[in-house]
Amino acid sequence: MNVLLVDDSSTMRRIQKTQLENFGVDKIIEAGDGEEAMEKLETSMPIDIILLDWNMPVMDGLTFLKEVRKKSEYSKVKIFMCTSESEKPKVFEALQAGANNYIVKPFSPEALKKKLEL
Amino acid sequence: MNVSYINPFIQATLETFKTMLNIEAVPEEPRIKQEPIPTYDVSGVIGLSGDAKGTVAISFPKFMALKVVSALLGVTLKEIDPDLTDGIGEMANIIVGNAKQHLNGFHLSISLPNVIVGRDHTLVPRKDISTLVIPFKTEMGNFSLEVTLKTN
Repeated sequence: MNVLLVDDSSTMRRIQKTQLENFGVDKIIEAGDGEEAMEKLETSMPIDIILLDWNMPVMDGLTFLKEVRKKSEYSKVKIFMCTSESEKPKVFEALQAGANNYIVKPFSPEALKKKLEL
Repeated sequence: MNVSYINPFIQATLETFKTMLNIEAVPEEPRIKQEPIPTYDVSGVIGLSGDAKGTVAISFPKFMALKVVSALLGVTLKEIDPDLTDGIGEMANIIVGNAKQHLNGFHLSISLPNVIVGRDHTLVPRKDISTLVIPFKTEMGNFSLEVTLKTN
């Protein structure tokens, strides 16, 4: 499994990267905002899952999500929002925009593993 | 400020410390901040806008901020550096984001975190809005949460 990890917090990327490595994920690519994530996505396929923060500088997670869902070549890429934005309208908005799942921070390694079905 | 707005921030702080660090944070009696008294050495600050406006700051003494972020990253940080400030900013982001879901009826947007570093720095309270300070005790040390919130 190949995962693109998108979060502006280097702390959160390091925490999630360690957890994904412990789960046996093959390849982990990191990006600090939506724009960088788009560049990494274009050059790093195949990507199976994108773990996507919402509030980021330059390009936020929701904008990135909508951009990715416009492109048919990424239709099989699963996108999991991974954010502290926890209200139901936000969850609904992300799912409507094409997110496959939603993980609210803070989360335990077990919760992440379960969501990823590993 | 309606003090009922405080409980979601306390609950989110407890949950964040339990889930991210596996430690208990014990809240003490909240108090209104009436004078610009010094806080601690490292503060993560988040702005709120929408149906209510204000800021939330989580402040740590330096030794505790180092312990918190070291525990998050599984490394030993010894000095204030970009890793430390990023970690404290993310803690603030998670607490405020998590608290939002329990502030029923409010549509709120949160800013990206800012982190203020300086020994015994002071977050000056606004004159037109009360700031509530909630002290917390943990096995890693004591810290505080400062909530300044004005409804429209």
